Amino acid sequence: MAENNKITKKEDLILFLSDTDEREGLLGKKNRKLLSDPLTDNNPITVQVLGICSALAITVKLEPAIVMSLAVMAVMAFSNMIISLLRNLIPSRIRIIVQLVVVAALVILVDQILKAYAYDVSKQLSVFVGLIITNCIVMGRLEAFALGNGVYKSFLDGIGNAAGYAFILILVAFFREFLGFGKLLGYQIIPQSWYDAGYSNNGLMLLSPMALITVGLIIWVQRSRSRSLIEQN
Amino acid sequence: MKWVRKKLDQARKPFEPGQKLEKFAPAINAFDTFLYTPNHTTKKGAHIRDVVDLKRTMITVVFALIPALLFGMWNTGAQYLYQDMGLDNVTDVPFWDAFIEGAILVMPLILVSYIVGLTIEFIFAIYRGHEVNEGYLVTGLLIPMIFPVDIPLWMLAISVAFAVLIGKEAFGGTGMNILNPALTARAFAFFAYPLYMSGNAIWVHQGATDGISGETILGTLAQGKSVAYSFFDAAAGFIPGSVSETSTIAVLIGAAILILTKVGSWRIILSGFVGAAVMGLIFNAFGLNALMEFKWYMHLVVGGLSFGLVFMATDPVSAAQTMKGKWIYGFLCGFFGVMIRVFNPAYPEGIMLAILLMNVFAPTIDHYVIQANVNKRKKRLAKAKSNLQTA
Repeated sequence: MAENNKITKKEDLILFLSDTDEREGLLGKKNRKLLSDPLTDNNPITVQVLGICSALAITVKLEPAIVMSLAVMAVMAFSNMIISLLRNLIPSRIRIIVQLVVVAALVILVDQILKAYAYDVSKQLSVFVGLIITNCIVMGRLEAFALGNGVYKSFLDGIGNAAGYAFILILVAFFREFLGFGKLLGYQIIPQSWYDAGYSNNGLMLLSPMALITVGLIIWVQRSRSRSLIEQN
Repeated sequence: MKWVRKKLDQARKPFEPGQKLEKFAPAINAFDTFLYTPNHTTKKGAHIRDVVDLKRTMITVVFALIPALLFGMWNTGAQYLYQDMGLDNVTDVPFWDAFIEGAILVMPLILVSYIVGLTIEFIFAIYRGHEVNEGYLVTGLLIPMIFPVDIPLWMLAISVAFAVLIGKEAFGGTGMNILNPALTARAFAFFAYPLYMSGNAIWVHQGATDGISGETILGTLAQGKSVAYSFFDAAAGFIPGSVSETSTIAVLIGAAILILTKVGSWRIILSGFVGAAVMGLIFNAFGLNALMEFKWYMHLVVGGLSFGLVFMATDPVSAAQTMKGKWIYGFLCGFFGVMIRVFNPAYPEGIMLAILLMNVFAPTIDHYVIQANVNKRKKRLAKAKSNLQTA
């Protein structure tokens, strides 16, 4: 349909935006799978082990983790969409450069919005918003999915993978902030009486090794729950 | 003794295969083999067996630890009582007073360590369907020996749980761990609860009265003050510190037991001390600050250096396996231990971090030692071949 990149009829447009061979509802079974798979058995962090770097860096507190997740979600959804729209126009030799330009533009957009509306969090996240450009999950999904699938599906795939990333990020940040500061989202959760009785925050939780270990523990739990993920050797 | 055997056989009836409590068999088996020689036989592979099994190895290490433990109990009590009673010298405290006071302070730590650690080991043994290994007998005793006496028990419990879970079971249990579990526990506590694990106030039991000072030598040095203890005091262990790592002499008695029974590697111990001495000499040669001027032979007797080198670095699981590798591994343990001590005064217990670091590198060392040997023999083969051709 898009060999000559001309879309004349309305049906062509629908075909181009969805997919050529399948037609199904907006949230049909296959589309739902695009959203739910990355949350469980195809999680970008715990199964594909991508995007670990930012998972270690910004999970000390819950708030930056949530904002970061939203930023990544916006970038992934829209970059997937844009690349999918352009997928038949991009010469495959320079596709990485095109992808980078698109992602970089979106990241700058997100960065500026954060600076304008959430300055404090933006300062805490510092370079890590900028580093979304190099986040392997973004590039990985563009290469693996958006270049070969329709716009709407790519959008869902972006949302799904970003949600999988966000889920782990928020889970790790929850434990780190709770055990490391005794707070959640900045509010004191562990009462003062505990501290008076001799409780003390766990300083190791604030160091990045503990983020890695927490991710490792999540992987341990996940693999012992779904055995199919365990490699043969 | 027969009576005990009889009772045990009765008690294990419900745990036999096919019975109700079959799943929990490792629990009764562990208790049984703790008291009696196990009666299982080898089922496959080589049938040559040695009396030196894991159990005997581990109990030897426990025996080797006893001198340091007993001295540690005495020292813990004495360090507290001599200030509490207002005496001039640590050695003036009546012996039994000090020992009993120390034992009362140290026993809860040992109990907590064993109860928490063994509980986790039992759970994993039942869940994974294997027997409980004896490895924890040593680890469980080592952990309280390298903690400050006033550590809150729940912190000790969490450190033990972390060490057994992450340091050992995550890698597959006894014999599979990359890091020494006891040091993992201490490193966890050190970074998680720095207020309770470093500084000057924690090394001597505080008791009811405040104002008991317990500055360790390394802590004092880090502040740039001069040290009041002599070489003999430090070597004998009449100094504040973790429960039983202060006395180099008691540790060396343990080292002798380990070396004579060939349980511990003398190569690692010796090269470790040499490495520490070499690094100390290098720092002495520069002598830029108080820590660097600290005499090299003092480095060998203060802090946990000797305890770490004798009981932690020689851990056969996490140490290097090849003979040459052991020399390199031990040397670097001591070398980096003193280096971390001097360069980073915030981490006076450098030997702990050095041994953990070398644990990680031990397989790499082994790999290159073996490769070097392979290459050497290849060269020899090539030479022999060319000789054959010319002849």
